[in-house]
Amino acid sequence: MQGIATESELETQIALRNFNFYYGKYHALRNINLDIYKRRVTAFIGPSGCGKSTLLRTLNRMYDLYPEQRAEGELLLDGNNLLDKGVDLNALRAKVGMVFQKPTPFPMSIYDNIAFGVKLHERLSRVEMDERVEWSLRKAALWGEVSDKLNQSGMSLSGGQQQRLCIARGIAVKPEVLLLDEPTSALDPISTMRIEELVSELKDEFTIVIVTHNMQQAARVSDFTAYMYLGELIEVGKTDDIFIKPKDKRTEDYITGRFG
Amino acid sequence: MVALNEHVSKKFDAELESLRSRVMQMGGLVETQITTAIDSFMSGDLDRMEQVIADDHQVNGLEVSIDDDCAHIVARRQPTAGDLRMVMAVSKIVTDLERVGDEASKIARMAREIYQRDRLQIPRLTDVRKIGSIGVAMLRDVLDAFVRLDANEAARIVREDATVDDHFRGIMRQLVTYMMEDPRTITTALDIVFIAKSIERIGDHAKNIAESVIYIVKGQDVRHIAIDQLERTVNAVDH
Repeated sequence: MQGIATESELETQIALRNFNFYYGKYHALRNINLDIYKRRVTAFIGPSGCGKSTLLRTLNRMYDLYPEQRAEGELLLDGNNLLDKGVDLNALRAKVGMVFQKPTPFPMSIYDNIAFGVKLHERLSRVEMDERVEWSLRKAALWGEVSDKLNQSGMSLSGGQQQRLCIARGIAVKPEVLLLDEPTSALDPISTMRIEELVSELKDEFTIVIVTHNMQQAARVSDFTAYMYLGELIEVGKTDDIFIKPKDKRTEDYITGRFG
Repeated sequence: MVALNEHVSKKFDAELESLRSRVMQMGGLVETQITTAIDSFMSGDLDRMEQVIADDHQVNGLEVSIDDDCAHIVARRQPTAGDLRMVMAVSKIVTDLERVGDEASKIARMAREIYQRDRLQIPRLTDVRKIGSIGVAMLRDVLDAFVRLDANEAARIVREDATVDDHFRGIMRQLVTYMMEDPRTITTALDIVFIAKSIERIGDHAKNIAESVIYIVKGQDVRHIAIDQLERTVNAVDH
């Protein structure tokens, strides 16, 4: 499709420069150089164990929870190196939200699922919080289905609704970047389509990075696709180019199903 | 194009292989149709003309059936990259082959008209045979380029199309002189113009198929661009 680049100028939101990542001694990501553009959808694809989820998790320093994991190089968000000591992780995670493979609603009401994260970062009046909850649920295309049962438990929703609730929770703190780690792999096809539709809408306001095992999903939702293999970034480009005329034979083998 | 490994799905490999071989089967049939049509025009063999006309439905049947295979592969396999380009191109190639089949049938019909009317009055057969053999060779070569995924050969065929066009204009000029000298030749001369025009169209279709081959190999749509730009695309090193 034409016009991805011409809609508006590409602006780098996240830049990885000579980025390496280690699980203890295991060198999991090797010298990654990658630009993730503002208000675009970037998909990471690759076989299991290629490092795509690892890469996604480094983008909001999830790995800090595990002392034996470390990163080297530069990970720039709006030009600031997130690997620098003294980076406020809470502030970072408000800027860079994450949604996981399995829906993870908190065991509390739908309303509180969203308000919980907001309260950590902002002090809002009751009215403002009501507005924020509605805004998030509308953005996540869930408002129509839950507006009359905001006090019900988040756990009472269907899997697809739970995942949209998690997305609503993720965007409630108004992040700049939304990381989606295989967000539809536990969902049925219709719920999957809803999430994909949602991704296309959310990219007007957020930078989205999605890890997916489903290559056709990457082809459908992303503007840019990065193919990873054995911890290396093999090829990154416009999704149309990657899926019609990839440059690297390894990419072609993978996306055409010749990987064995 | 770099030689690719086999698919994890052997069945997908088999489906793509079958698609390619059916294109070749159709190409072989179309080539026979054209050769027979031109030969029978030269020899005046009415039986063979009838045969070409009668066999055209086989070509049509293959077009529909191969196109259907393409739709099935898209629906079931969601092909990407080189596989996607192959399937897209095959669907275009069979359309061109079917048109070539139509031209063969038209040539046979024209030849039948000419021979049923009276004996050939204009000895311009050698030129038609010549343009005919170029057209058939282009078709054969482009099918060969398709099988071998040879973009350079495909580019040569695109260039070759101009030769056929030149020959066609030459035949036109000669026939016009006959028609001016003796108006009784006009009817037959016009029929021969149509035959030559049909062959010239075969060249156009071979060129289209060559462009499809370049698309498969290079991933670039080279339709409607200048020949030197096309050759630059083909010569560009990729991978």
